[in-house]
This record gives sequence, structure tokens and C-alpha cells, in this order.
Amino acid sequence: MKVLVTGATSLLGRATVDRLVERGHEVTVFQRGVSGLSVAEQRGDVRTPADVDLAVEGHEAVIHLAAKVAVTGDWADYEQVNVGGTANVVDAAHRLGVGRIVYVSSPSVVHVGTPLVGASAGRADPKSTRGHYATSKAEAELLALEASSPELPIVAIRPHLVWGPGDEQLVGRIVDRARSGRLALIGTGLALIDSTYIDNAADALVAALDAAPRLGGRALVVSNSEPRTVRELVGRIVESAGVKPPRRSVPARLAFGGGLVAERIWDRGGLDGEPPMTSFLAEQLSTAHWFDQRETHAALDWTPTVSIEDGFERLAAWYRVQGV
Amino acid sequence: MTPSFVEPARRPPPGLDGLDPSWSRLVEVGSGGGDEHTWHVLDNGVDDARLTLLCVHGNPSWSYLWRKLIAGAPRDVRVIAVDQLEMGYSERTGEMRGLATRIDDLTELTREMALTGPVVTVAHDWGGPISLGWAQRHLDQLAGVVLMNTAVHQPAGSPAPAAIRAVRKRGILRRVTVDTSAFISGAVEMSRPRPSAEIRRGFRAPYDSPRRRQAIAHFVEDIPLDAGHPSAATLDAVAAGMDALADTPALLLWGPNDKVFSDLYLHDLEHRLPHADVHRFVGASHFVSEDVDIVGPLYDWLDPSTEPNPRPKLDRRPLGAALYDLSRSAQPAVLEMAGEGDSIDFAGLSRRVEKLATGLREFGVRPGDRVALMVPPSIDLTVAMYACWRLGAVLVLIDAGLGPKGMTRALASSAPDHLIGINRALMAARVLRWPGRRFSVAPLSRAQQRGLGVATDIRSLELSRASVPDYAGDDDVAAVVFTSGATGPSKGVVYRHHQVQAQRDVLMDLYQISSDDRLVAAFAPFALYGPAMGVSSVVPDMDVTAPGTLDATVLGAAAVAIDATLVFASPAALVNVVKTAGDLTADQHRSFEKIRLLLSAGAPVRLSLLQSVSRLFPNASIHTPYGMTEALPVADISLLEIEEASGGDGVCVGLPLPMIDVRISGFDDVGVAVGELTAEPGVVGEVVVRAPHIRDGYDRLWHTEYKASQPDGWHRSGDVGHLDDAGRLWIGGRTGHVISTVKGPVMPVAVEQAIEDLPDIELAAVVGVGPVGTQQLVAVAELSVGVRRARQADSELQRRVRDSTGRDVAAVLVVPHLPVDRRHNSKIDRTRVATWAGSVLAGGRMRRL
Repeated sequence: MKVLVTGATSLLGRATVDRLVERGHEVTVFQRGVSGLSVAEQRGDVRTPADVDLAVEGHEAVIHLAAKVAVTGDWADYEQVNVGGTANVVDAAHRLGVGRIVYVSSPSVVHVGTPLVGASAGRADPKSTRGHYATSKAEAELLALEASSPELPIVAIRPHLVWGPGDEQLVGRIVDRARSGRLALIGTGLALIDSTYIDNAADALVAALDAAPRLGGRALVVSNSEPRTVRELVGRIVESAGVKPPRRSVPARLAFGGGLVAERIWDRGGLDGEPPMTSFLAEQLSTAHWFDQRETHAALDWTPTVSIEDGFERLAAWYRVQGV
Repeated sequence: MTPSFVEPARRPPPGLDGLDPSWSRLVEVGSGGGDEHTWHVLDNGVDDARLTLLCVHGNPSWSYLWRKLIAGAPRDVRVIAVDQLEMGYSERTGEMRGLATRIDDLTELTREMALTGPVVTVAHDWGGPISLGWAQRHLDQLAGVVLMNTAVHQPAGSPAPAAIRAVRKRGILRRVTVDTSAFISGAVEMSRPRPSAEIRRGFRAPYDSPRRRQAIAHFVEDIPLDAGHPSAATLDAVAAGMDALADTPALLLWGPNDKVFSDLYLHDLEHRLPHADVHRFVGASHFVSEDVDIVGPLYDWLDPSTEPNPRPKLDRRPLGAALYDLSRSAQPAVLEMAGEGDSIDFAGLSRRVEKLATGLREFGVRPGDRVALMVPPSIDLTVAMYACWRLGAVLVLIDAGLGPKGMTRALASSAPDHLIGINRALMAARVLRWPGRRFSVAPLSRAQQRGLGVATDIRSLELSRASVPDYAGDDDVAAVVFTSGATGPSKGVVYRHHQVQAQRDVLMDLYQISSDDRLVAAFAPFALYGPAMGVSSVVPDMDVTAPGTLDATVLGAAAVAIDATLVFASPAALVNVVKTAGDLTADQHRSFEKIRLLLSAGAPVRLSLLQSVSRLFPNASIHTPYGMTEALPVADISLLEIEEASGGDGVCVGLPLPMIDVRISGFDDVGVAVGELTAEPGVVGEVVVRAPHIRDGYDRLWHTEYKASQPDGWHRSGDVGHLDDAGRLWIGGRTGHVISTVKGPVMPVAVEQAIEDLPDIELAAVVGVGPVGTQQLVAVAELSVGVRRARQADSELQRRVRDSTGRDVAAVLVVPHLPVDRRHNSKIDRTRVATWAGSVLAGGRMRRL
């Protein structure tokens, strides 16, 4: 199958491309810069319909990963990239005869404000989400799923907290902070949280590509189905990098309040980079969110092959090779 | 009050919570002459119904009360729920209707509706007498009566008249019932848990103006409190007519937390309908159908497919047979180590039992009366127990380990007629207002008797010169025994004489107990059987409610005193005995060498404990019977067999006894035991047993008994496990503690054992968090070094727990203490642990477990 992968430079994008190539698919990647991957490449901006058309042309399937992932910035940026970009991809796919789309979404598109304990995926709701990222992903998911048709089935996959060797989004940040002694747990650190080892997430996307014709219009959460406490997840990640786990903890309410203040300061554009805490992150790290994976396993005919324990071992091995 | 407001019947407005508009219909009655009235009724309109339920609400209420009964009705059951005239959405005729009129009204309604075929009446509150009046006029088609928190008579001492008189005071009645909706709102508010705003709105809906509330006041006024009341004669006639229902199946569903219709009314109705099935929902209030699910119990009760399956009953020796045989024997019967070290021989015991039975009977204790025994193991307890059995009174046995609150609850539900107690119990009885006429064990001064509200003492009763009473029959109820409550609210388990006889015989057979044996009775249930077995027994100087008070020398002294051959002791007591073994004298050591059999039961026993015990009792075979309050013993295993057992899931409790049938009802995918009974090895599910010595039923818990007796004649134990290829039974936990994971059901015990085998773990509980079908395993443990505050285990211990169990344990939490039951000091309250772990792992605050 000829598959276009958008936003392939992310950790998950690269792993997915590798999987697709292994499976004998003909892969093209689409992003702004040079990917450095040894597959066909179409450079361009997902916000520009003409660029998207050029990329989509001639493909039977699209895995749409391209997104603006951050905690700060203007809504307009998120809307243009995440909502507008998705609209461009779906629209192009319709016109150019693509047979299926896997839209890579986020579990944060559903926010209920209470712990998610063995939860099912639920319907995306932009009104309830917290932060520009989640809101824009929710709008894009609704848009994509509504556009699903028998001719162009579209399935949304929401991988939960993807991590693995080489991951800068989650693992890298946690380890950096722990190294500089700026890492603290929020609340008791005992909220159970699902996470997804990178290989499993990539496998799930490939499985979703296969299953898309019978899953059009559905959204599925993907995880390792081995929830762990935040304390253990963070502790094991930093231990893998040879760093001592954090000993400090910040009361959940304080973190939440501090996050709100930080967001306001950063929103005014007063400071560079990312705020150390946001209200969304504080809530995410202090309430449980893990999911009922039975429906996902049945729908995708997929189960994780790398256990969380094996994942930590691989992470530690990777850090040893890095020599840090 | 001159009622004159007239308004036609109408249908309820749409949108009332739980009410389907298609059920509503208006029925015109009496159009052929006489008074014409229009009723609003809910009717599911089933054609060719096997059965019709005729549901009558009370005051203040309307047919809305029965909405769940209609929604849950089986296909072949028609449910008609009426709004009485002047009530709900039925016509306001402008008349004041008394009880007699209302019975006539209902009769005319069913005639108009051409209600033929079998009918079961269902009623609540003052709907009760109306429905019963109707029932007594329709005996030919009456298939049953169901009553909830109602009455047909004011029993002496009931608080209702005072409450009703207070409300009926001029000026008050209208204000609370008519001028405002205080009465109806207040009544619904009494419900526990508090009904939702939608439901409260539903109950108030038809009573939205003072004029529409007139009948609420009339209903209160129509309660006859004295003989001159216009409705008194009708109510008396209904009460008198209850005899006519002797062959009609009856079900009483009761919420005991009812300020008006208290348990007194339940007992009055039980007296009038002695054949009735009763379920008393502990904690439920006046609106019992709002507080608990009565739909399941009611339709289970009506289910025609459940046919009784009588259990075979063998001719056995009466419980007092050995006392009779040994009535001239000087063989010691009971020896007390506490206090003066009193003893009594069989001749003396036999004499005292006859005398006390005679005295109790003369003092008004009748066969079938319930007698709560609140006396620790002793000669006096033995005398009182066998005296009650002698005359056919029913023992109510409540473990002091339940604590004052649990004991009060158990006494309220079993409602003993009499209470025999030591002074401490009598004081509690006075302070906590326990029911029953009180007898003291010790002779008391007049002042003390008055102070404690005691009628007399048992020694005085033994002076009776009346003629001896008749013997109890084998089929008479012998005892109501309350469960420990370690695995849910304590329930009263009913045994008949023949079942207790069978239990005695099973124990004697199994352990080859003969008159050559002498028993150290340090464990309450079996301690009482010495005299029934014709065996001498000694009661050690211990507090049976605190197993820790039995130490090695206390046990040793008892063994020496009687030259014992048998020891019955709880696991918790044995822990203490092993710990204090260094204090034993040479004599006591020698007496331990003469023990041939040591039994320990009541809770899981650790192998290491039994091995230590075995070194203290070198010539004893060490056995642990397995069973529960409802069925004991079910199986038995010796120390040697425990050491050999391996490969099962849980604890091996040995081979089922020859006289007991043990089957497994297998789990479905999520761990609910729904399978057909099977003896096939390896099938995992609920353990279901049948034997002559298992319980008869549960006291005033009809539905609990029904659920536990599927199929009929069997007892669903609530334990889960499996049989192995050798026929041995393995127990893996309780039905409520099965963890329902994505990979299927997981029983906690084997996982816990694997964790407890780790050197630094003292005790572990394994529970599930999350929704059924996708639960995560969580281990909660006590460390041998102890911790001061609950926290997550370090990653090294978590790794070892995961490795040793071979399971994906989401988290290991360590705590200062796991909650264990008071009686056994070893059964972990996993439900509480699961709730706690669920909250902590959801990100909640770290609370104390």
C-alpha cells in the first residue's frame, strides 16, 4: 500500500514509518524540514492546501500525525495547524481518492475533570478540554470522524503518553529536570496512569491502518494497559537514565494554582520557553487516567507486544549506550 | 372540615422520572348506577397474564411508588397500581373516604376492570389494610399477599399512636398535610439514601395545591386509635380476617428504620401470618421500595420455577440424649478454670438442665420463644443452653466480637423474647435497650434486679417445682447464630434441632470422638458440644472474644486439669500459645504429649503455625476443618496433607467430608459464578454445598436465603475455589473479592500467599481497582519491620512482588495495619482495602486505611 505519513519526524512518526517499511508498504513522509529518514519525502506545510494536495496525491492511505504539540502559544496557531491542517488532509484525501485515514489524536480530547479509572474512549468534546492543544485536537478529531465514509473510512487513534528511547517530549524533559534537581511529584504521586511504549503505539497505528475499513468513524484509546503510579513511572524513567528519583512533592492544589498563574504569565508573552507547570499538567499528574482497552484490542486485533517492564529495560539500555 | 373540592381524574404530566406515560389509564367505575368515579391507574396491560399484581399505595403517596415494579415486571405478570380516590391523579370527589369505603372502592374498581385470574396484592403503609380487606373478599382468586411497612393493629407499646395524635392536633394536621406540602416532602425525605430531586418531585407532583392534598389529612384522620373511631370496626375485622390467609403465600418486606411502622408491627404481622416469608432490609426506612431493590426479591418470590427440594433427614439422637444417658454418672461434664475452678458432673448437669427448663417454662418461656444467651463459656452457659433446647426455646447466639453496635443490630433483627446474661451483658441490655425479658445468671439483690430490669435469675428458676416440660422436636428451630460479620453485615443463621444433631454426629464420626475423650474447649462453636457428645470438657481461663488471652500456660493448666485428649482452639489463640510456649511447666508439657487431636478452625491457618503447634503437641494429629457459620465442617485437612498439597489456586482445605456434597458453580468471563453445579476438577467458581448438617436458612432475610439456596437445598458458600484431580478442595477467596481483570477472574488468596512468602512481608491483601472486566491488581501489605504511614513500596519490593506472583500488579502499597476482623484477627476486610486503594490510586488524598 502507498502510505503517506504526515509529521513523521516525531518519535512516534519515525517508529511508525519503520514499521510500515518493514511491512513492505511504500511510504512517503510529509513535513516542513528534512526528515533524515530513508523514505520518499515531500516537504511542505500542512496549513497550505496546495502543499497537502501534492503530498497526498497518489497515496492509498494517510497516517496523519502532524500537529502542534506544546503548552503555550496563540490559539490561532493551534487552530491553523491542528484543525486547519487536518481539514486540509481530509479534504485532499477525498478529492484525490485516498482509501483510508488514521488520524492520530490524544486522550486529552475528552476531559471530565474527574479521575479516569478503567474509562472507555468517549466522544471528543472541545467545550470541555483544557488548553489550546487539547481543544484543537478535539475539534480536529470531530471533523475527521464526521468526514468518515465507506469510501474514505477515517479512524482516530489516541495513544496515551507515548515514551521510549530517544523521546524528548516526555522522557527527555523528565530526565533533564531530575538531573538539575528541579523535578518534584505532584500530590501523593499515587494516581495510576496509563502509558504506551513507543513500539506498541507504532504497532497500533499500523493495525489501525489495516482495520480502518471496518472502523470508520470510531475513536480508540491505545495504551500498554499496564497503568502505573506517576511516582513509579517517573522514578523508573529517571532510574533508567541513572538519575535518582525525586524526593520532593508539591501539594496538588498548589501545583494547580501555580500552573494557572504560570499560564497567565506565559500567555502574556512575558517569558520564553515553556512554563514549568500548567494547570492541565498538574491535573494530569495528580488524578488517575487509565483506560479500558478491551474494545481497542478487539477492534484493532492488536495487543501490546512490549511490556512496560521490557520498555524500562530498553530505555535503560539505550541510556547506557548513550553513555550518560 | 367540609371537603367539597371536586376535580376529575387525569393522567400525570409527562417527564416524571421513571414513569412511562403508556402505563397510565383512566378507569370509570359505577357508570351503571350509584356513584361514578374515575380512577387513575398504572397498568402494564399484559394480556394472558399468569398473575396480576394489585398494588395499593399508602399515605402520602401514589402509584408512582410502584414504578420500578412495573418497569421490572416479567413478561407474564400484569401489574396494576392504583391511585386511590382523592389521591394521586384519581378523581377528587369531594368526599371523605374511610377504610371501609376504600375497600369497597377497590372492590368496585377490580370488578369494573374485570380482573379475573390469580391476583397477588402488594401494599405499603395504610394501603396494607385496604389491600388486605380486598384480599379477604377475593380468597378464590387470591394467590398471595405482599406487605411493606404496614399494620392491621396497634400492638401494645407501639409509638405510632403518640406520633399520630401529635399530628392530628387541631391546627397542626391541616398545616402540615394540606396547607403546605411538609408532610409529603418530609415522608419522602425520610428515605435513606435520600432520593434524587427528580424522584422527590415525582412523589409531590399530584399534590401541588392545598385542595389536591385534602385526602392526605383525611387519611391521617382515618387511622383508628380508639374503639369509637368510625374505621375501628373495619380495621379490627381486617385483623381478625388474617386467619383466612393461613394458606395464602405471604411476603413481608420491611424497612426497620421507620418512625411509625417499627419492628413491633412487623412482629405483629409475623404473628398473624406465621407462614410468611420475611425480608428485613437492615438500614432501610419507611419507603423500603425506594431505599433498596425490592423488585428482584419480589419477582424471585413469585418465580414459579423454584420448587422446594426437601433435604433428607435422618433419625438422630436428641441433643440432650447424652445428658439423659449419663443422668446418674459422676463423670465430669464441665470444668471451669476461671474463678474458683467450679466443676459439674453429668448427673449434676442433667439435673440442673431439667430444673432450669422447668423453671423457664413455668416463668413463661414457651417452645419457639427466642432466648438470647449472653454468657461466656462456663457451666452456667452450658446449663442455660441445654435447658433451652430441652424445652424447645430457640437460642440466639451473638458473638460479643461484633461490638455493641453490631450486637444491638443483631438483637433488633432477631428480636429475642428473653435474654439470659451475665451482669455486664444485662447492663448493656439496659443502656442499649436490647429487647427481651431479662434473666440474670448470678443471683442479684432486689435493688440490682430493679436497676438492671431483671425478672429473676436462673438459680431461682431452678427451684421450680412445676412439672417438667415436653421435649423439643427434631424439626423445631434450635438456634439463630450470627455470623462474624467479617465478610459483610452479620446475618442470623437458623438451625433446626436435626441439623445441630447432624453437626454433632459429623464431628464425632470424623474425629472418632468417644466417651474416652476429654476436651479443652477454647473455641466457642465446638466448645458447646461436649455435653451433647457425652464428653468431659474444660473451659480455659480466657476471654473467648479475645483469642489472645489464651496463652500456653492457660491452655496447659486446662489440659492438666482434665487430663485432656482433644484441643479445639482458634488460629489466633494458637499463635499466642506458640509465642508463650517457653512459660510451660514440665507437667503442662507432659499433658500436651497426651493430646491425640488438635483442631483449629475459623480462619485461614498458616502452615508455619501448624508446624510450630505440632512440635508442642508431638503426639497429636493436627487438623483444620473448613466451613462457615452456615455449614461446618465442609472439608478437613491434616498438617501432613497440607504439607503435601501443591499445585492448586489458593489454600487446600482437604477432601470434602463423605456426608457432604461439594460442587462448583463456575465463573463467567468477569468472575460471576453462574455455571451449573459441577464436580469437575479445575473448574473455578463458587463453592456450593449440601449436607444434613448445613443451615436451615437465614433469619428474616428471605431473599438472602433464596439467593444462597440456588439450587434449592444447596448452600452457596460465598467462597470461591476449585476441586483438584485428587478431589481436594482449594479456596481462593470470597465471591465479592474476586478481581475481574482483562485476562479473566483472579482469586486473591494464592496471590497473597505468594507475596506473604517474601521474607519481609507480614500480611498482604490483593484487591482490584477499576471497573469490572478491566480491573487492575493492587497489593496492600504490612511489612515485618512496620511502617508509620501508608506509601507505595520501593521499586525493589514492587519488582519482587511482581516476580513472586507472576502477575501484573499495578502498584504495591505498604500500610501500618491491614483491617482484620475482631473475631479471628486474621480475615482481612478486602472490600475496605479495595475502596481505600481505589481512592488513593485515583489520585485522592492519602487517608488512613
